[in-house]
Order: sequence, then structure tokens, then C-alpha cells
Amino acid sequence: MASENADHAVWLRGIEKQFPGVIACAGADLRVRPGTIHALLGENGAGKTTLVNVLAGVYRPDGGEVWVNGQRRHFHSPADAIAAGVGMVYQEFRLVPSLTVAENIVLGAAPRLLRSSEIENRVAELSAAYGMAADPSRPVWQLSMGERQRVEILKALWRDASVLVMDEPTAVLTPGEAAELGAALRAMADDGRSVIYISHKLDEVVAFCDEATVLRLGKTVATVEDLETVDRAALAELMVGSSEGGYVDRPPPIEAGGEALVLDGVSALSDRGLPALSEVTLTVRSGEIVGIAGVSGNGQKELAETIAGLRSPTGGRVELNQQDVTQTPPGARYRLGLAYVPEDRLGVGLAPKMSVVDNSVVRSYRSQRQGLMLVMAQCLGFCRDLVEKFGVRVGRLHDPVAGLSGGNLQRLLLGRELAEQPSVLVAAQPTRGLDVQGVAAIQSHLVAQRADGVGVLLISEDLDELLALSDRLMVMYEGRVVAELDPDAATRGEVGSAMAGQVSA
Amino acid sequence: MSEAALIGLFVATVQFGTLVFLAALGELISERAGVLNLGVEGMMAMGAVSGFMVGLETGSPWAAFFAAAAVGALVGGFHALVSVVLGADQVVSGLALTIGGLGLAAYVGRNVVGERPETQFTDLGIAGLADIRWFGEIFFDQPPVVYLTVGLGLAVWFVLARTRLGLALRAVGESAPTTDAVGHSVMALRSGAVMAGGAFAGAAGAFLSLYMAPGWTEGMVAGRGWIAVALVIFGAWRPGRLALGALLFGFTLALQPRLQSFDIELLGVEVSRISPALLGILPFVLTVVVLVIISWRYRHRPSPAPAALGLPYRREER
Repeated sequence: MASENADHAVWLRGIEKQFPGVIACAGADLRVRPGTIHALLGENGAGKTTLVNVLAGVYRPDGGEVWVNGQRRHFHSPADAIAAGVGMVYQEFRLVPSLTVAENIVLGAAPRLLRSSEIENRVAELSAAYGMAADPSRPVWQLSMGERQRVEILKALWRDASVLVMDEPTAVLTPGEAAELGAALRAMADDGRSVIYISHKLDEVVAFCDEATVLRLGKTVATVEDLETVDRAALAELMVGSSEGGYVDRPPPIEAGGEALVLDGVSALSDRGLPALSEVTLTVRSGEIVGIAGVSGNGQKELAETIAGLRSPTGGRVELNQQDVTQTPPGARYRLGLAYVPEDRLGVGLAPKMSVVDNSVVRSYRSQRQGLMLVMAQCLGFCRDLVEKFGVRVGRLHDPVAGLSGGNLQRLLLGRELAEQPSVLVAAQPTRGLDVQGVAAIQSHLVAQRADGVGVLLISEDLDELLALSDRLMVMYEGRVVAELDPDAATRGEVGSAMAGQVSA
Repeated sequence: MSEAALIGLFVATVQFGTLVFLAALGELISERAGVLNLGVEGMMAMGAVSGFMVGLETGSPWAAFFAAAAVGALVGGFHALVSVVLGADQVVSGLALTIGGLGLAAYVGRNVVGERPETQFTDLGIAGLADIRWFGEIFFDQPPVVYLTVGLGLAVWFVLARTRLGLALRAVGESAPTTDAVGHSVMALRSGAVMAGGAFAGAAGAFLSLYMAPGWTEGMVAGRGWIAVALVIFGAWRPGRLALGALLFGFTLALQPRLQSFDIELLGVEVSRISPALLGILPFVLTVVVLVIISWRYRHRPSPAPAALGLPYRREER
């Protein structure tokens, strides 16, 4: 066995890692050969970041083995992993903005006495060797995202990392910078180092990487030895997959009513100020579920936020029940009948440290008050009804919601949003990460809303869920709606192709 | 106003400046590592009482001085344990240290209140230089702690700016996860910085009880610990500016008791009629002014305040 292990720069074997209420890795495997760029694919929550954090010594695995360069390792801290040659470039850069490029690079392995001219010269030599330009004397806060990423990579090379882990490296880059990154990574691979490349941008993966491992729900579901021969649509399908358990069946179509939600040529920017939505036009009628499919990061989050009023569109119109709400603030949209279940349920959806009862009334407190005062008895009554009706399992109503499981959080959130009979419901990833029961409960609520004449926009990464629940299915790619499909007729393969940006005209 | 009185004012300026500089230097180390310690006042009181008592026992001002530094480090160690290791709120822990430190110092020193000191620091009178007119007395005829403190200021600057340890300390004050990820121990760096800071504050307390006001009385620190905390902000977390600020704050402290004896008019006001209490708040007013200037000047770039100041760090969190 030893010789077989020696063939791999990295071998993660049956890694298990559990967090309170979440199983992040459930026996994940990853093998990376030296001198290759290895893609690690999977949807959000598939366990990619947890898996590489085990390799980087940030998390200790509950089970499984970590092998690096042919040796079994037990990392107790990031320092151990660095010493073993594992360099990690996080999505959120780990750089100190007020320090210079050179100081950031040598931090962790600096000479005892620092002479800035000396370390700057040595850093300059290193960056020249890999063709990654970076002015060593500049403070990091002045750098662009692409430059900061180079500093991160140089930091790993300064420690002579033999394995470099990149977590979604191009998310922050312009297309030009992304191409430069590809070249730099190839130079490192040619130098005998290996790169683990986490991404869900399939174009890049195919362009930059040699091999791939696909994770789903914390398990390795596929390994691809030669990315040149593989079909992108097949990769997309592997990534989204299906969760266990049956889906709630959509009752036969009912006559959809009037236009409840209309988007007309809506464009918006991402948090980083790059175009994220490009002229999206769609209509949701009363009594139908419109599904939005897509590999995450293709504008779905910005779409939901723009409809909810949390993100200002740069162009286009949003109409709610025939009323122009493009400039209307979120609270007023709620009073006009818009319910919103955000993707980030604990944080955006619910306030973690606030109690169950406080969270349950933050939307509808106006009907629980007398003059300026909230009537606690009334709030409690409201909360009790909600908890019962939506089957939220809670301890005490005054406990903070942070202690609830994902499924119960989502039931509470959905219940709160639906409490005042909205006419439109926007649900972003409402079943992600939930157990089978939770998934079934949330889905049946969505179907019940549809039967009550609510127009539902369902944004999901679960293809089976979308195919089962949607009356119409739209596919987003790079901020555009690239296809509209009939869920009864479309195959998973067709949806997968559209998600990969391959649209048969 | 006589020449002697003026020289006396500047001699006292250097001494008060030394007092707050020494304590503030310790606070600067701690804050640059990301730990706010509002317990300086309490640590100084502990240093003052223990320094005085060790002086009574041993008769050696140096033994007393270093014992006070050790006690300060110990008290700082308590803050490190609570706020760095156990991750409790730094503001609460620091305030507790001030209140508890003042109380404990009063208790420990209850039997030595008013006792005559057995020993105290004496002025050095550097040969040849001390005789220079004006400057000799102000700069070259001071107690040894003054020169030690200048040396410590240079040392702190050198360590922070020019050594691997200093780089790691600065980094952990800016971002603990970053520093952890490259393999430095956040806990060791921060605890060490807080304890070093405590030692400086304790030593400053001993300078007070062994030289500036020989003896021990409850409340003798009299807010100088808070002035040290303000001075760190005033000095924008840099040792050099800290030294300049210390001279300015030292000047206001030295002026306070002398104000009444001045027969000068300033802008039509007789200086001797200004209340010393009003002068006492000047350091804090100046600090607020500097704070506003900093936040305006640094609106487009990172503030000189350590970015992770006041933020506890725990690793395996999700």
C-alpha cells in the first residue's frame, strides 16, 4: 500500500466531519497526483470547503485518514499542515491589509530580524520566478483583488508548499486576471507542485484542470481522470444530483391567475460591483410555481435580493400585483404582499440571538401592538400558533433561535413569511441542507401556497426538486435567463446543458 | 515667574511624561496585539503598592521596581486568562481589573499608608552634562527610570518594526485568523503582549511610589492610568508619537499643581485663576480631538487602530 500512497501528493480517505446539526463530510475521498491541477466540484454545502479545511489543519476530522506526499498525517493546527507542505488560499483572503506585500508573504516564516529591503528583494525574486507581478513594498489594502490573490499564492510558495489549495479563486477576478491565474497555476504544476482547485464554474475547470473529484452531500460521488474527454453537462448533472427521499408531488396544474410578479429587463450588480444580473425578464402568475435552476453564483442570489428590495437594480422594472415597486423599500414590498425566504436563513432570515417569539413577530409586529407598545401576550399567542401550524420543534419560545436545527429554522422562517397571507413568495434554496422530513414539510407548504393562489418563485440548486415542483422552469447562466423549459417534458440532461451555458438555439 | 520655577515645571514635565509614557507603552504593546486593557489604572495601583512595600522590606529601589513589574505582569496575566484564553469581553475584564486592582491595592497596603519610605530613586546627575544651564537639570539630572523608559521606548519601537516577533504581534492585532493560519500562536502572542503591558504599568506605578510621590496612599494613581490609555490613542498606536504625546500630557500634569503660582495673563485671562481641574481634562479633550482627526484623515484607508482590537478569537468556529 505504501508505494501506492507515495504516488499521491494528497490522499484524503473516508473523511468524516460533523458540526452541530450538520454533517459536512460523510466519508469523502480525494486523491491528487503530483504535478496536476485537480478540480474539486460540488454545490454549496457539498462539503468541499470542510474537506480542504481538514487538509489545511483547520478542522480535525471525526474519521478518515489524511495522507500528504506519501505520509499519514495528523494535523493539529494550520501550522502543522503548512509544515507538511499544504498551502491554502482562502476565498476570503487571509491578509493583513495594513502590512506590506512583503510583510504579509513572510509572516509565519520571517527571519528573526527584518530588514525591509532584504525581504522585499527576496519576495521580488520569488514573484518573478512564477511570473506573478507584485510590488513588495506596497501595503495590501491598496491592491486589487487579483493582486491580493497573487500575494496569497506567493505566501504559500514562500513556505515552499507542495500542495496549493485554491477555494473558488476566480470568484473575485476579472476574466483577464482569471486567465493569468490559470497560467500561474500551470507553471506551478509544471514545477512538480499540485493544485486543488475548488470551483463551480465549469468552463474554468475544464480549461485549467487535469482531473476532477465531485462531492455531493459530503461524499465523493465521482472522479474524473481526464477532464478533456468529459461532457460538461454531465459534470453539471453530477454536481447537482438529487437528495434522498421522495419529493412531494405537484398536484395537477390549476389555472394560473393574473400576473403577481413581473420583472422586466432587470439588471443588477454583485456585491463586488460586477454585473450579476443582465436584463432578466420573467413573470410569476398567481397559483403557479416558477422554478429557477442554475449552478450557484450565476445571479440567483442577486435576483432574489432585487425582488425583495435589498438590492437596487441598475435597470429595468419590478412589478408586484400590477404595481411598480422598483424603488419601493423592502418593508413596503412586504405590506404589498411579498414574502421572502432568503438563502441565508440564519443571519438574513432570522436574527440568531433573538428569541423564537421575537423572530416570529419582526415582520408582523404592527398587528401585535397597542399604541407604541408591543403586547407580549399577543406576540406569544401569534408565535404559538405559528409554531404549531408549521410544526416547528422548539424548546422555550424565549430561547434564541440559534439553537434550532436547520429544518426548524426554515419552518419558523417560512411560517413567519406566510403568516399574513402574501400574494407572492420568493424562496431561495428553501430546502438546502435539510433532512428528508424537513424537505418534505417545506415542499408541501410551497405546494399548498400554490393551491391558495400564491405566485411562488422557487430558486433551487436541487434539480429534482425543481422538476417535481415547478409549473415552469427557467435556467440562469451568467446572470441571464438562458432557457425556459417545461418541467414535464425536460430531461435532467437538457437542464444540465442549459446550466452549463450550452443552449441549443 | 522665576527661572527656577520654570525649570521646575519642565523637570516635572519630563517626570510626568515618563510616568504616563511607561504605562502607555505597555498599553500600546497590548493593543497592537489586539487586546484592549482598560485595567491600566488598577495595574499601576498594584505596582505602586507592591513596589513601595518591597522597597520597605529590601531597601533597594531596583528590587522594588522589578517586583512591581512582576506584580503588574501577574495582574496582566489575569486579564490575558479571562479575555484571551477564555475569550471574555475585554472591556468588561479590563474595567474589572481597574476596580478590583484599586481595591486590592488599598487592602494590601492598608498597613503601610503614610509610612516613610525606606528607599527611593535618586537623581543621576550625569557627569559633565548635568551642569549645562537649563538643559542639564531638565534632561541630565533625572532619576534612572527616566533613562530606562527612553530605552524601553526605543526597544519597543525596534521590536515592533524590525523583528519577526514584532511582525507577528502587529499581525495578530490586525487579524487573528490570518496569524493563526500561518502558524503563529494567537494565544501566546496576545497573552505575552498583555503580560508585558502589565509589567510596564506595574513599573510605572512603582516609579510613582518610589520617586514621584514616595510612599503609599490610596488613590495615589489618580487617573494617570486612564491618561495612559488615552495617550495610546493620542499617539495613534505608534511609539514615536506616543513619546511626543507623553511630553504634552506630562506638561499638563506638571502644570496642574503649579497653575496658581503663575502671574501671567493669557488672552486676557489670568492664568492663575484657571481651575486646575479644568486643566486635568485637557489630555482627554486632546485625545477626542485626535480621534476625530484620525477618523477623518483615514476615511479612505485603514485606520491606525489595530483592526482586531477588542475582538476575542476562537479557532474551530463555524
